[in-house]
Order: sequence, then structure tokens, then C-alpha cells
Amino acid sequence: MATTVIPAQPASKPLNYLTNGSTIRSWLLTTDHKRIAILYLISVTMFFFLGGFFAMLIRLELLTPQGDLMHADTYNKVFTAHGMIMVFFFLIPVVPAILGNFLVPLMVGAKDLAFPRINLLSWYLYITAGAMMIHVLLNGGVDTGWTLYSPFSTQYSNTNVIEAGLAIFIAGFSSIFTGLNFIVTVHRMRAPGLTWDRLPLFVWANYATSLIMILGTPVIAITVVMVAVERLFHLGIFDPRLGGDPLLFQHLFWFYSHPAVYIMILPSMGVISELIACFSHKRIFGYKIVALSSIAIAVIGFLVWAHHMFVTGISLYAALIFSFITFFVGVPSAIKVFNWTATLYRGSISFATPMLYAFGFIGLFTIGGLTGLFLASLGIDVHVTDTYFVVSHFHYVMVGGVVMGYLGGMHFWWPKITGRMYPEAWAKLSALFVFVGFNLTFFPQFILGYVGMPRRYWQYPPEFQVLNILSTAGASVLAVGYLLPMIYFAWSLRYGPLAGPNPWGAAGLEWQTASPPPTFNFDETPVVTWEAYNYDEIEPKMEPTTLEAPVER
Amino acid sequence: MSKYFPLWPDRASTIAGQVDGLYIYLVLVSAVMTLLIFIAVAVLAVKYRRRPGVLPTPIEGSPILETAWSVIPFGVMLTFFIWGAVIFFKERTPPTNSTEVYVVAKQWMWKIEHMEGQREINELHVPVGENVKLIMTSQDVIHSFYIPAFRLKQDVIPGRYTTLWFKATEAGVYHLFCAEYCGTSHSGMIGNIVVMEPQDYTQWMAGGPSVPLPEAGKQLFTSLGCSTCHRFDIQGRGPNLQGAFGKPVLLEDGRTVMVDDNYVRESILNPNAKIVKGFTPVMPTFQGLVSDEQLNALVAYVKSLGQPAAGGAQNQAAAAPAGQPQKQVQ
Amino acid sequence: MSDSHATAVETAANPELRHHFADMQQQTNSASLGMWLFLVTEIMFFGGLFCAYLIYRLMYFPAFGAASQTLDIKLGAFNTVVLIVSSVTVVFAVRAAHDGNRKQLVAYMVLTILLGLTFLGVKAIEYKEKFEKHHVPGPTFAFDKPFDDNGKAIPVDPHNAQLFFALYFAMTGMHALHMIIGCGLFTVLTVLSWKGRYTAQYYTPIENAGLYWHLVDIIWIFLFPLLYLISRHS
Repeated sequence: MATTVIPAQPASKPLNYLTNGSTIRSWLLTTDHKRIAILYLISVTMFFFLGGFFAMLIRLELLTPQGDLMHADTYNKVFTAHGMIMVFFFLIPVVPAILGNFLVPLMVGAKDLAFPRINLLSWYLYITAGAMMIHVLLNGGVDTGWTLYSPFSTQYSNTNVIEAGLAIFIAGFSSIFTGLNFIVTVHRMRAPGLTWDRLPLFVWANYATSLIMILGTPVIAITVVMVAVERLFHLGIFDPRLGGDPLLFQHLFWFYSHPAVYIMILPSMGVISELIACFSHKRIFGYKIVALSSIAIAVIGFLVWAHHMFVTGISLYAALIFSFITFFVGVPSAIKVFNWTATLYRGSISFATPMLYAFGFIGLFTIGGLTGLFLASLGIDVHVTDTYFVVSHFHYVMVGGVVMGYLGGMHFWWPKITGRMYPEAWAKLSALFVFVGFNLTFFPQFILGYVGMPRRYWQYPPEFQVLNILSTAGASVLAVGYLLPMIYFAWSLRYGPLAGPNPWGAAGLEWQTASPPPTFNFDETPVVTWEAYNYDEIEPKMEPTTLEAPVER
Repeated sequence: MSKYFPLWPDRASTIAGQVDGLYIYLVLVSAVMTLLIFIAVAVLAVKYRRRPGVLPTPIEGSPILETAWSVIPFGVMLTFFIWGAVIFFKERTPPTNSTEVYVVAKQWMWKIEHMEGQREINELHVPVGENVKLIMTSQDVIHSFYIPAFRLKQDVIPGRYTTLWFKATEAGVYHLFCAEYCGTSHSGMIGNIVVMEPQDYTQWMAGGPSVPLPEAGKQLFTSLGCSTCHRFDIQGRGPNLQGAFGKPVLLEDGRTVMVDDNYVRESILNPNAKIVKGFTPVMPTFQGLVSDEQLNALVAYVKSLGQPAAGGAQNQAAAAPAGQPQKQVQ
Repeated sequence: MSDSHATAVETAANPELRHHFADMQQQTNSASLGMWLFLVTEIMFFGGLFCAYLIYRLMYFPAFGAASQTLDIKLGAFNTVVLIVSSVTVVFAVRAAHDGNRKQLVAYMVLTILLGLTFLGVKAIEYKEKFEKHHVPGPTFAFDKPFDDNGKAIPVDPHNAQLFFALYFAMTGMHALHMIIGCGLFTVLTVLSWKGRYTAQYYTPIENAGLYWHLVDIIWIFLFPLLYLISRHS
């Protein structure tokens, strides 16, 4: 591929990655990791709102005990769509493919990721998979639940299971290529002087995530192939009448899908480390331990999958082992929460919006993680598995965790990505809506689960209605909290004050270059002679700095 | 009971109280932990809020703190594990001499068969204070038998039996839910567990049709031709089933297996899977020729042959065992 | 400030040097690490099938043994030798590239492709035979009651034998798909090699394609004994 020559620009019009080429072709055939991150930002956001639309339909149906908004089959397709879209097209790629793609090369002082063309291919695979999923939705949907359990998915469902499986397969390869790119970049492309123990925790987190991506994702790929083959040829891999075992599907499925949830949370935890460090204006307490805890979560996360199967009839001894290891995997997460809290001690705390999201994360992830311990405890799991208790648990960690981390990161790096500041007052208000709306939506669901309301129920006994109404009310508040940033972020692109290279006074190589960065990131390759989070060399800022007069674009 | 706005499920089994105890313990520990973190963050954030001219103090870490806040929480987690495991062990160890009830799940209903012959759809009548063991299978996809008031749930899987046992403590009517998504009417696959005082239960039992399940199985044993090979008088072409149930048996390939519900069921559907030593693979398969209900009857019959004293179909009717010692694992 | 990629132009380095790498060493090492990681994903991908196979083989050993014995061990062994030899030709191809010997490189690449196609041809013959014997899973499946060496009937559930064949076709089919991709990849690289694209200074694609071929070979070396050699005595 020929190298492009950047023409000389007059001083009043700086050329950055956004302005360097304005044709559609220059965007759709870009190999610049920052542009690819923007492509992901647009497409992932669209899928988030599509998944959110299905969530809205679920909550509306559940306002009343009867199934009166839609037919039962439709409801089953709606919650399947919500799950598949949110898991495969939002939660898995959101932080790695957007923030990771944008920041990892900057943070390691490189000009791009190791394989820029594979990065672009990764996005096209995502789009292809997404288009296929939308095609499924427009052609009758799929009604197996995102978990695709056999024999329902292999023999009884009359919907587009194979095509949905194919979409998941292709999305999986998008994920694998992103992970592969990150691992090689971190191993081979760190700037001179940037040793592993000087890497930002966001890079450590994405590295650990990438390990899971490349080891786990191929297993779900072969599993959906087996489901497709079983459906097409009636083979009997999972059919007991032909000697197969329906539980084999569950083992294979969860072998990926459990580590998958660590793919979702680890990058967000990496964001939180960056936010806490910057807005306490000091190095994270116990940097090495926090870095290694990400690796520990990635490794141990592969050993707990059957905690999704405690009531399926697995042996007592298997259940004991998986329960024990599941408790064990909670320890590195707890360590992170304690280290973040300890970082605040004798810090210089700012309450900018990103920090508010970080605080929200700590609170909500603590609750979500603790409720995971409830599920790990066998005696309780028998009662609450497959109920709204589980639904609430995973929404606390996925939404209260992953999404809060993502929103905090978007606000933090928005000036770097766009060169503009967002309006702080609106952002704070929005964060409040998210926090209040989220708790109102999902806390009642813990209670609903313990009183016995099962998951995936289109209709329910009348005594569960009050809690369901509370939950739906919360969801409408949460929706406002998600829509507001769309508005003010878009507003800021045109009217927001301009940001300089380092409006927050943060440490990290990404803040040493212009906002937005030039196409090749740095004017000269940095040579790192300092430890990570060298906040003692930076003056804390009372307010984020923006440039005085807007420069004409 | 008022079900208008429950915040806690009814408690109606011997294990429910123990599950609630563990749950409340976890809620308390979690509440304390959460409050500690919330308060720590709030206090530190306010106390150390950014002020002009005040610099933060860099602190690298503290191995003592790291160890403490790894080991102590893990220690607490171990109590969650142990208590949960103890409860789970009790749940998975049905007492001997439990009253058995067969359950067949299908899209989208629960079919219940008592040993005495009573059949129910979406309803299960049980007496207070008696150990009941459900032997369950599915005709199609995976379902899950869930009784919130008992705090119990067990997946019901096609092709094999899974079991669930309980002892009800409080008369009343309680929800029965399917808890594993199974298609269109998953949320319609609900019913009632009707727990009755022992006298009422006896009365209810007497009112229904009464071909006991083992008796029905005996009739099938003859009508399907099983008795031609599985004889009790002389050595037939198949093993003598008298006294076989509940004991280990040696197979042709050298393995030893226990003759239990799953083994008998498998042998009817897939006879060549486990051939008893000394016999040849001549038994035809009955896959597709017997329904799940008929299978349950046959299994119940073979099980009744396992009983030492009486021989022939032994009735496990609730009316019977006044002086029978009940072994209970609590 | 001057933009960074101007440095690459100024030093007139290897024309194959991509702009985001500092030097060829970094680029080659990165490509190599990337390919190894991809191979790990392939191992995990086949791993799911191996896992299913191992479980069902343990559960239904007699049926799997009987079914395995209907596979042609001579053809399987021949194919194994073919693939091992093809890995040797790959090694020689990489060596030729390293030495800058274009003619040898092309020759060994072509030889590798021919061996790969031979493998696929033999596989096609085997599949055809399975089709004729009604061993293809599905509505046409039929499995005759097998007998052991003493003429005694082996009790085998045809469903379990069908499961063996399902896994046989899934695993060898997935493997064959990877062979086809490998042959395609090698064809492209052979044409480019003939045009002189790869020299002693730059032959990374040859090396990495070679790694891919070796992995596909190793997977077959596991498949052959697992599928063909169950319960074979003499």
C-alpha cells in the first residue's frame, strides 16, 4: 500500500486525522486506527439504540401482568433480539473497538496498530455481521434467547437460527482480529523506554481482554457451526433420541460466554483506572497489583463456566468445584475496587463528569459483583437462577459497570478525539439521570427474582406488577440519560469550546499530542523516561483548559 | 395470604428457612461492604477535593493492605461457599423411602403421575410433612421445575431423569413455574403446588382413579412382551429382574453400573448401550413405541420388583406406612 | 513539524516497509507473532469439535470402534504421508526464499500445492465411498451390524455410529476447508513469487503461510489416529 504524502498546510489550518481527507472513500478505506474507531463509534452507537429499542418494548409489555402488547412469540423474539444485539454488537466491541482502537497506539507511542488493514477488515466483518442480524430481524427474527440452548434451537425453533448463528460467527471474527491486533501492538510496538511496568492500566486491561478474545471466541464460533449443522442434517450431536447430549451445548456455549463477560468488563475497568488516576491527580494505588489483576481475571475466568449450569443436573462434585473457583475469581475484582478507593486518599479530587461516572461505576459494580457472590453460592443459586435476580445481577455489571465506564471514558477522551469540549453542566445532569434511572430500573428486579419471577416471561402473576412498574419507570429515566449525551456531544462538535492537547492535565502519551491528533499520532516518536502516572510532575488544574478564541475551520 | 405486593416469597419447605438464612447473611454482609465503599469514597472525595495550591501525595501501594483486603474478603467468601454447599448437598440427597412422583414436562404443560395412579396437569398435590421425590423428564426441550416457596428448582431434560426432593411444611397453594425458556408459552407453563394436611391428602388420593403406577407397569410388561425374555421362573433370554433394582450389575464390556431409574429407562430405549454380562444383544428397542408415561410405569414396576419382601407390585400409597421408619437427612 | 513517515522515505529503506513500523525487523516480528496468535485461534476452533468427539467416543466406544473400522486405513495413511511430505516441501520453500532462490521457491511452492491437491483428491474418493455405503448422516444413513474377528456380533446402536460419521465429516470437512484455503493462499503466493515479489530481504508472507500449512498438517496428524485407528489390531 502506497504511503500518502501530507501536503504542507498553512499554519492557521492544522491538519489532523479528521480533516486529512474528506471523501467518503478516505473514510471507508481508511487504515488509520483513529478513523476506524470513529466508524465503530457510529455503528456501535446505532446498535446500542436498536438494542435499547427492544429493551423498551420488553419493559412496556411488562407493565401489565397479562401479555397484551404483543403476541408471546413476538415477545420471545424481542428479548432474543435485545440480548443478541446488546451482547455481540454492543458490549463486546464497545470499549475495545472504540476507545481501545483509538487510544492503544497513542498510549504506547506508536503510529498505528500492528495491522491497520486487518483493523479495517475487523470493522467490515462487524458491519457484515450486523447487516445479517438486521436481515434476520426483518425476516421474522429468532426466538431462542441469546443463549441458543439445544434442543430448542437445534430441533424445535422455527425461526432464523442458522442465519443468526452465522451473524454471531462473523462478529466473532471481528472480535478475534481486534484482539490479535492489540496483542501484537503491545508486544512489538511500544515506544523506546516504554517497558511493561510503565504501561497505562488501560493498555493492560485491553491486553488481558485480547487474550480472552483470541482464546475464547473460536469456541463459540465452532459451537454455532455445530448448531447449524445439527439443524440442517439432524445429526444428533445434541439430540438425546439419537444418542446426543443437550447439555454438551451448554458446556461449549458457556466456555466462551462466561469469559466473554470479562471481555466486556475488563476494558471498562481499564477506563476507570485512567479516570481515577487523572481526577485524583495521582498514580493508582498498587499499580502492579491492579495490572496483574486484569490478567488474573482473564485466566481464572476460563475456569468457571459451569456456574451457569448448577441446576442442570451436573454432578454434585462438579458443582462444588465451579462454585469454589467462582468465588476465587471475585477476588481480583475486589482488589481493583479497593485500590481505586485507596487512590482517593490524599489525592486531589476533581468532580468533573468523567469522575462522576467513575464513582458511579465503583458503586454499581460493587453491588453487581457482590450479587455475583449470591449466585456463586450453591444454596442460593438453586432458588434464584433463571429468575430476575440474575437479570438484575448482570445488568448491574454490564450497564452499571461497562456502560458507566464507557460513558466516563467518552467524556474524558472526547476533547482528544474531537478537539472540542462537551458542556459540563448538561453532562453532569445526564450522569445523574443515568445513575438514578439505572437503580430504579434494576434494583426492584433483585426483589422480583427472590420472590420468584422467572426470566423471559411474557406474562406473570399479578402480585409482581408493582415491582415491574417501578422497573419500567426507571427505564424511562435511564433512556433520557442516554439520549442527552447524543444531543450535547453532537452540539459540541460545532459549538463546543476548542480543547488543547491536555485540557485535563492528565498523564499519558495520548495527552502529549494535539487534540485531535495528526494522522500519524506524533510528530516524533516519543522516548519514554518516566513511570506511568507521573502526576507529581504535572500541576493539577482547577478547571479543564480550553482554547481562548475558536479557530476558524 | 395477601399476594398484593410481596417483597418476600412464602416459606413452605424445610429447606426454605435455611436458604433464607444464607440469603439474609449475604444481604447483610453485602450491605455492610457496599456502605463501607460508598462512605469511603464519599468521605475521601470530599476531604481531598481539589484545592488550589494543595498537591496530592503520591503513594505507591501497601503490600500489607493488599494482602489484607484479598485474604479477608476471600475468607468471608469461603463462608458463603461452605454454607451454600451444605444446603446444596442436602438438596441433592433425597432421603430413602421418599414418596416418589413422576413428572413429565412438555411444551407447555406439566404432567404429574402419582404412584397410586392419580394424574394431574399443572398441579401437584402433596401432604405436609412427608418427603416427596420428583422423578422428572421432558418430552421435548429443556424445562425447569421451579417452586419459589420451597426455594427449589431443577432442570428437566429430554432423554434422562433428573430428581428433586422436598418436604413441605405449611399447607397452602404455591406457585409452580417453568424456569427454563422453552418456546412460545414458556410463561404459560405455570401451575400450583397444593400442600394439604395429611388427612385431606388421603381423602383427595382416594377420590381419584387408582391403577397404581407399578401395576400399570406390570400390565405393560406383559402386553409389550417383556415377560417372554425377562422371566422370573427360569433363566430367560434376558436378565431376571426380580430384586435387580438398586443393586450394581456387571456389564459385557467390564463396567459395573447401578440399576437405577436412568439405567432401566435407557435399557428400554437403547438396549445395546449396556448389555449385562452373559447375555447377547437380542433385545429390540422400544424407542418410539412407548410414551414417557408408559416408560415411567415400566420403571416403577421394575423398581417395585427390587423390593425384597413383598415381591410383585408394592404400593407406595400414602395411606400405608404407619410404622415404617423414615430415614431423613436434614 | 515534519511528519513522521518522511523518515521512511528519506532513509530509502526496504520498499516493503509499512509506514507505521520503525524497521523491517519490527515488521517481520510483528507479522510472525500475529500469525502464531491466529494459529492459536485455529486450535481453539478445532478444539470444540475434538471435545465433542472425545466425549462421545468415551460414551459409545464400541459403536465408534465399529464405525472407525469402515474407514480405509490405507488411504488415510497415504494422505498422512502426503501431508507430512508437503510440510517438508514448505520448509524447503521457505529456505529457498531465505536464500533468495526464486526458481527453487516457485518449484517447492508448486510441489506443495500439488501434494495438497492430492490430499484433497484422496479425501474426495473417501467421501464418495462413504456416500455409496450410506454412511453419510441424514435420511439415507444405514449401518450394517458389524462383526468382530471371532464372527461375534458387536452390539452397536446405529445412532451412535451415525454420530461418529457426523463428527468424521465435520472434522475432516473443516480440515479440508482449511486445506482448500491453504492451497488458494499458496497459489496466490506462487504467482507473486514467480513475479519476483519475494526476496531474501522480504519473504514474510511465505514464512507465515508456511506456518499456516504446518498447523493444518498437525491437525491432520491428530485427526488420523483419532478417527481411523480406533480399535484396530493388526
